[in-house]
Amino acid sequence: MSIKSILSASAVVAVAGSTAFAETEIQWWHAMGGTNGERVNKIAEDFNASQDEYKVVPVYKGNYTETMTAAIAAFRAKEHPEIVQVFEVGTATMMAAKGAVYPVEQLMKDAGEPFDGDAFLPAVVSYYETPEGELLSMPFNSSTPVLWYNKDALDAAGADVPTTWEEVRTASQKLVDNGMKCGVSFGYQSWVMIENFSAWHNLPSGTKENGFGGFDTELTFNNDKVAARLDDIADMGKEGLFVYGGRRGDSLPMFTNGDCGMWMNSSAYYGSISEQADFEFGQTMLPLDTKIADAPQNSIIGGATLWVLAGHDEEEYKGTAKFLSYLSSPEVQAWWHQETGYVPITTAAYELSKEQGFYEKNPGTDIAIKQLSLNTPTANSRGIRYGNFVQIRDVINEELEALWGGEKTAKEALDAAVERGNDLLRRFERSAK
Amino acid sequence: MVENRPFATFLTHLVLVLGVIAIALPVWITFVAATHDPLRMGQAPLPMWPGDHFLTNMKQTLFGSGLSGTEGAPVWLMLLNSLAMALMISTGKIIISLLSAFAIVYFKFPFRMTFFWMIFITLMLPVEVRILPTFEVVADLGMLNSYWGLSVPLIASATATFMFRQVFLTVPDEMLESARIDGAGPLRFFFDILLPLSRTNIAALFVILFIYGWNQYLWPLLITTDTSMTTIVMSIKQMLEAAEQSPQWNIIMATALLAMIPPVFVVIAMQKLFVQGLTETDK
Amino acid sequence: MLKRVHFPSSLLPYLLVAPQIIITLVFFLWPASQAMYQSFLIEDAFGLGTEFVWFENFEQLLTDSHYLASFQRTAVFSLLVAALSMGTALILAGFAQRVVRGAMFYRTLLIWPYAVAPVLAGALWVFMFNPTLGIFPYFLEMVGITWNHYLSGNQAMALVIMAAAWKQVAYNFLFYLAAMQSIPNSVIEAAAIDGAGPARRFWTIIFPLISPTTFFLLVINMVYAFFETFGIIHAVTQGGPGTSTTILVYKVFNDGFVGLDLGGSAAQSVVLMVLVIAMTVVQFRFVERKVEY
Repeated sequence: MSIKSILSASAVVAVAGSTAFAETEIQWWHAMGGTNGERVNKIAEDFNASQDEYKVVPVYKGNYTETMTAAIAAFRAKEHPEIVQVFEVGTATMMAAKGAVYPVEQLMKDAGEPFDGDAFLPAVVSYYETPEGELLSMPFNSSTPVLWYNKDALDAAGADVPTTWEEVRTASQKLVDNGMKCGVSFGYQSWVMIENFSAWHNLPSGTKENGFGGFDTELTFNNDKVAARLDDIADMGKEGLFVYGGRRGDSLPMFTNGDCGMWMNSSAYYGSISEQADFEFGQTMLPLDTKIADAPQNSIIGGATLWVLAGHDEEEYKGTAKFLSYLSSPEVQAWWHQETGYVPITTAAYELSKEQGFYEKNPGTDIAIKQLSLNTPTANSRGIRYGNFVQIRDVINEELEALWGGEKTAKEALDAAVERGNDLLRRFERSAK
Repeated sequence: MVENRPFATFLTHLVLVLGVIAIALPVWITFVAATHDPLRMGQAPLPMWPGDHFLTNMKQTLFGSGLSGTEGAPVWLMLLNSLAMALMISTGKIIISLLSAFAIVYFKFPFRMTFFWMIFITLMLPVEVRILPTFEVVADLGMLNSYWGLSVPLIASATATFMFRQVFLTVPDEMLESARIDGAGPLRFFFDILLPLSRTNIAALFVILFIYGWNQYLWPLLITTDTSMTTIVMSIKQMLEAAEQSPQWNIIMATALLAMIPPVFVVIAMQKLFVQGLTETDK
Repeated sequence: MLKRVHFPSSLLPYLLVAPQIIITLVFFLWPASQAMYQSFLIEDAFGLGTEFVWFENFEQLLTDSHYLASFQRTAVFSLLVAALSMGTALILAGFAQRVVRGAMFYRTLLIWPYAVAPVLAGALWVFMFNPTLGIFPYFLEMVGITWNHYLSGNQAMALVIMAAAWKQVAYNFLFYLAAMQSIPNSVIEAAAIDGAGPARRFWTIIFPLISPTTFFLLVINMVYAFFETFGIIHAVTQGGPGTSTTILVYKVFNDGFVGLDLGGSAAQSVVLMVLVIAMTVVQFRFVERKVEY
């Protein structure tokens, strides 16, 4: 006991001032590391300073999967936080856990907090609504894939900013001819090249409205249209126009170092890119595959939302509701949006940022919102709701890597991904009854 | 040496120096990375020679919040947590294994073999493989966010017991006979004879277990929710994967350097006992 | 097994084994039995919906070509890690034992990677080999090799093997050096008088004499590569690209901790546990015989 008491005494000293007396503590587990972690802390601090009944305690729990698993393990042991940040991939898992989550819209109603569903940007919240339109979790950090480009390199190579895949090809060719190591690359390939590619061209990626209509959904992204696009990209890889640079954001240095002139990934990389790129860069909408559609539909979001977990007392939920109100207020949202590059979740925050002249000072930062709200979302472009989706994305990663590596054709890779993915969906369907 | 040939001697040293350089290279690069500013660390190729930001980075790492965004957990506290965890695991495991090995080797009692096999099937299976059920047990016992929860579950392993059993089996039977003639009871025999004989093995095990404890990261990640319980290795893993951001290598590597110092110090300081204890018995 | 001369039975031995038995029961056997039970279930992550499915999880595993491939991959990985780290250690020890003064100095300089955390070792290597930023890809580019371990499964495998072997060289070096130093000088001198040069002496005399150490280290290194390289894989490749570096332990972790497929992951744990127990029994019998004869 002695080691513990000595050390915990010093721990208390270290976090001195954080000891609360009459305040109700609200635990908020999140996955925001680095500078975004500091911003999360600031939001909590500001909220805590704005009133004295509740105290939000943000806890950084590692990356998205670690945070989610830690919260679920804690839930099973009845030691879970009030609020946990879960990435969009975990949505179906959270949704299926009926006794474990407290739908945000319900929470707001029960706690008597004002809540207006129409205030939110449709493309952002539709991903997290039930088929009846009830909001399940509070969007927090949302982004969408955009095409980042190195303006200096494009100019030097005499290439235009592409709007279609054909132009991506010609621009890449010009960039490589002008001495670049590669023309284009991308990260989060399942999100960018399967999920968003399908939504952007108004193609379903699975049956039952991409899973929104029920757990008995099946994947269908192994269609000829997606396969043709991926085959073309694989060919570009063979010609040296496309270089695969890893999962998630691992390929970011390829873009910021000037190896690749174009990069498709989350709009939220704005901060990292502006810190590291010593060239003029810009972002534009995802390219269109003119063989599939004449005009783009809308892209879908990624990122994470805040889920409220069940099993706490009323007082804590009151505080949670108050905090979520605070969090979605135009001022906080506009600040968060402008600092991080994530999209604002309410129309008011978007308007406020406009008023403040943010988009004039930082051209391109509204591309993500424009792309998300280009059209009213259809069943194909509302979002994705598949169970076991973390594993399905791994499967997609694995199969696409086999494609880039030249071991499989696009059709073979997609067929395998769909077959393995459907097995995972069936397993999920059985577990989520 | 058997004969003296200058060229052979030169070659010997050359190979060894090359070996040392190859082994040390990753750490040299860590050090170099910790001496540059974040901007330089995003440009290819990464530097081979130190820059001039070492003190700035160290200051930010040690006294700033680093960059992990972990509110209120300064690096010195993480180091302290790691130290506590490593010490509790190493001493705890040594004590329980000494005792159980003593019982199994020197006593004949009912269920001896049952106990023996119960302990021995725990050999080798890493905690990662049974991490979620173990987490539930720890949570049920109310040991989350405590040094007990951090360390005790990792003590459940047979390696140390196995080693002490080997050591005790090599102790000549005459030792016990003469001790009994002198009228020594089991405990006196244990403290006066077995413990001193196992000195080097205890030291070797201490080094191994200290490092094992210090290097844990997945377990602490799961069972600590209070940021003041963060350990240093866990924080490095966390820094590597900040969402939608590129890693800030200069700070990560400065933290990595700090995280390496204590276990490396333990290995080097206890080198002689460590080597003896490892190589002289258990083969 | 038991000393010929021993203390009589009393309460004392029970008290002595009690701490370890209690800890083993509570923190190992109980969770392990839970894992075994879970391996018969299909369960949602929160533990709210559960279906008892008997051996279905196992059937699925044994018909999953990716799982079976992972066995083979683990074996290849372990063998290569053992070969690389033992080979390097053998060469270094062979030279170090020739040094009269300074052997201890070199030992100090070679020993410490042993203390570096696997996940940290992984971070260092992935940092050095980052395809865009790293130093090695930069040099490799000069000789015409394009390094991209995000794309090439073989390069990814090579990288995790190097990182895993790097950590283990120190340990192997210690054992080899100690073994070589315990060979009586007279044996080597006799060979030298017969006119055998250093290289021949090494292969015909020293190497055969230290073969028990080699065998022992082979077992230790295989076990290390099998079970303790998890942190390295996690930090370097996360099992990719494709499944080219997904070894068994990493797959258990990834399916359970990341994918939240508790039943499937538990079934893999059970397979691993059986494997470990079998290996332990074999190793135990082997060591036992060695002690007796």
